[in-house]
Amino acid sequence: MRARRLVPGGWLSVYAFLYVVFLYLPVIFLPIFSVNTAATPKFPLTGFTLQWYEDLPRTPALLDAAWNSLIVGVSASLLATVLGILAARSITRYRYPGRRAINGLIMAPLVLPEVIVAISMLLVMLQLGLSLSLFTVVLGHVLICIPYSMTVLTSGFEGFDRSLEEASADLGESAFGTFRRVTLPMVAPAIISSLLVCFTISLDEFIIAFFLTGTDATLPIYIWGQLRFASKLPGVLALGTLLLIASFLLMTIAEILRRRAARRTQNEGGLYA
Amino acid sequence: MPEQPGIERSDTDRMQSEKPMIEIRDVTRSYGAFKALDDASLTIKEGEFFSLLGPSGCGKTTLLRMIAGFDNPTSGSIAVGGQPMEGIPANRRPTNMVFQSYAIFPHLNVEQNVAYGLKRLKLQGGEEKRRVEEALAQVSLTGLGKRLATELSGGQRQRVALARALVMRPKVLLLDEPLSALDKKLREQMQVELRRLQQAVGITFVLVTHDQYEALAMSDRIAVMFGGRIAQVASPKEIYQRPVNRQVADFLGGMNFVQAEIVEENGASLIVDTLGFGRIKTDKPKAFVRNGGGAMLGIRPERLRVLWDDATAKFEVAGKVVERHYFGEITHLIVEIPGLEKPLSVTETNDFGADDIPVGTPIRLAYDPEALVAMAD
Repeated sequence: MRARRLVPGGWLSVYAFLYVVFLYLPVIFLPIFSVNTAATPKFPLTGFTLQWYEDLPRTPALLDAAWNSLIVGVSASLLATVLGILAARSITRYRYPGRRAINGLIMAPLVLPEVIVAISMLLVMLQLGLSLSLFTVVLGHVLICIPYSMTVLTSGFEGFDRSLEEASADLGESAFGTFRRVTLPMVAPAIISSLLVCFTISLDEFIIAFFLTGTDATLPIYIWGQLRFASKLPGVLALGTLLLIASFLLMTIAEILRRRAARRTQNEGGLYA
Repeated sequence: MPEQPGIERSDTDRMQSEKPMIEIRDVTRSYGAFKALDDASLTIKEGEFFSLLGPSGCGKTTLLRMIAGFDNPTSGSIAVGGQPMEGIPANRRPTNMVFQSYAIFPHLNVEQNVAYGLKRLKLQGGEEKRRVEEALAQVSLTGLGKRLATELSGGQRQRVALARALVMRPKVLLLDEPLSALDKKLREQMQVELRRLQQAVGITFVLVTHDQYEALAMSDRIAVMFGGRIAQVASPKEIYQRPVNRQVADFLGGMNFVQAEIVEENGASLIVDTLGFGRIKTDKPKAFVRNGGGAMLGIRPERLRVLWDDATAKFEVAGKVVERHYFGEITHLIVEIPGLEKPLSVTETNDFGADDIPVGTPIRLAYDPEALVAMAD
C-alpha cells in the first residue's frame, strides 16, 4: 500500500512519460535540425554542421532585430521591475481598502488573451497619436511583464520582517537610509530575478510586438518574416536554438535568485533559529 | 527599627536615583473605538530596571512602541530625559530597542550589525571599532564578530541585538519580550545576565513581558497592566505579596481568596471576620473602596505551612487533604477547611515528606495573619 503510493507504477508512469515527451519533443527537434547539413528539416539527418550558426552574424537584418530586442527587453524589464517594486511593497507592507482588488487588477494581464491586449493597446496608442515604434512595444511589454515582476518581488518582500526596518530607524537611520541599507540589499536577489524574468518574456514575445512595432522588427518578428523563405529555415532554427538556450539560462538564474531571496528574508529572527 | 544581627533584609538591592527618566502622562492610544492604552500615567526613574507586565493585548507593547517612537499617543504626552517626545521620530530618540524577533540584519555579519547605528556618527580614528569590540565583550560575544546571523544560535542572536542597541549608549534601552523565543534553561540564564548587564551599564531598562517570573526576577519595579490600563506599579515583592486586586493577584501566581466581613475600618487598617481564619487585622489597600460589609482577602499557597505531628502555631486552621499534586521539589495540596467556600491550595516543599501525605488525611496549617492581604475588589 505504502510502496504503491511512493512509486506510481503501471499506466500512471507511462502517462507521465508521454506527457513529458509531448511537452519537450518539439523543442528538441529545433537544436537537432539546426546542426543538420540539409536545408529542409526532415529525417534522416544528413550530417553535422555549424554553418547555419556561422551565417547568423553575417545577416545585417538579424543583427538589427537582435539589437532592437535587446533595447526593448532591457527597457521593458527595467520599467516593469521599478513599477513592480513599488506595487509589491505597497501590497505587502500596507493595509488599505481595495488592496486585494488592486492586486487582482495588476495580475489580470496574465490571463487576458494577448491578442485582445495587443489590439486594445494598438487602438489606445493610435488614439493618443503615438506613432508605432520600439517605444510602443516597450509600453506593451511593460504591461504584460508587470504581473511576473509582481509575483517575483512579492515573494521577495513577503516574510521580510518589518522589525528589520524599524530596527534600522531605531538605530538612527533615516527612511531613505533604511531603504538603501536594509530593504534594497534584502530584496536585491528578487529584483535581479524580476529583471531576468521580464527580459526573457520580452525577448520572445511576438503578438504585442507584432501589433505595436512600426518598421523596426524584434527577433520574433524577424523570425516570423524569415519563415516565408524555405532556404532561410536552417538559420531560423539556429537562431531559435540560441534564444531557447538564453531563455533557459536566464530563467534558471532568476529562479535561483528568487529562492535565495525568499530564504534570506524568511530565515530571520529567533523564532526560526 | 533596632539593629539586628545576622542577615540584613532589604526589598531592593541598591539605591536608585530618584530622577525621572521617562514620564508618561495620561497617554491614550485608540484604534477606532478600541483603546489599546487607556489614560496611562507612569514615571520610570533613571537607572531603573522597569517591567511592563500583563497578558497579551493589555497594551504593554503599544506603550513600549510609543516610547520608541514607532507609534504615537492619540492623546497625552511622553517625555524621555526631560525632553518631550512629541513629533520626534524613532531615529532621533535617545532610546534603543531589542526586538522580540531580534531583527538581526541577515545580510550583515555580527560586527556590521553592531556597527550599524555607529556608521552615521562617523566616529574618528578607530573609535567605532573600539566601541563595537567593547559592546561585543559586554555580551560575551568576543571573537564572533565575523559570523553571519544565520550561523548564530537563538541566544547569540539575542546578544547581538543587545550589543547593537547598547553600543549606541542610549538613555533608555527598551526590550520587547526579549527572552520569549528562548528555551527555559537559556531564558533563566539570560534573566540573570540581563540583570547583571543592566547594573553594570547603569542604563534605564524597560522590559515588556507576559512572564510574571521573569518580571519578578529582574525588575526594580513592575507595572501590571490589564485591558489598556495600569493596575498596579510597585516593587516585585510588593506586587506579589500585596496585589491591589484579584486580577493582579491571579496573574502573579496562585492565590487563595477568602471572603470576609468588615468589623472595623480605620485609617490604614481593616479588622475583618472570616469563617476559616477568624478575626484578622490587615493593612487597608490604597484603592480600597468599601462595598457593603464584605471584603476580599488573599493568601499565597506557600504562606500556608503544614503542621506536623504535635507541632503547634499561634495561628492555625484545620482541614482535610482532598487532592495532592507532585511537582518535584514541591507538592501542591488542596485542603478543605470547614466553613470556607473553596478549598485552600497549599504548596509545601518536599523535605519533610509532604509528597507522602495521603489524600483524606486531617491536617493543620499554620499561617501568619500578615500574609492575609485585603484586595480592592
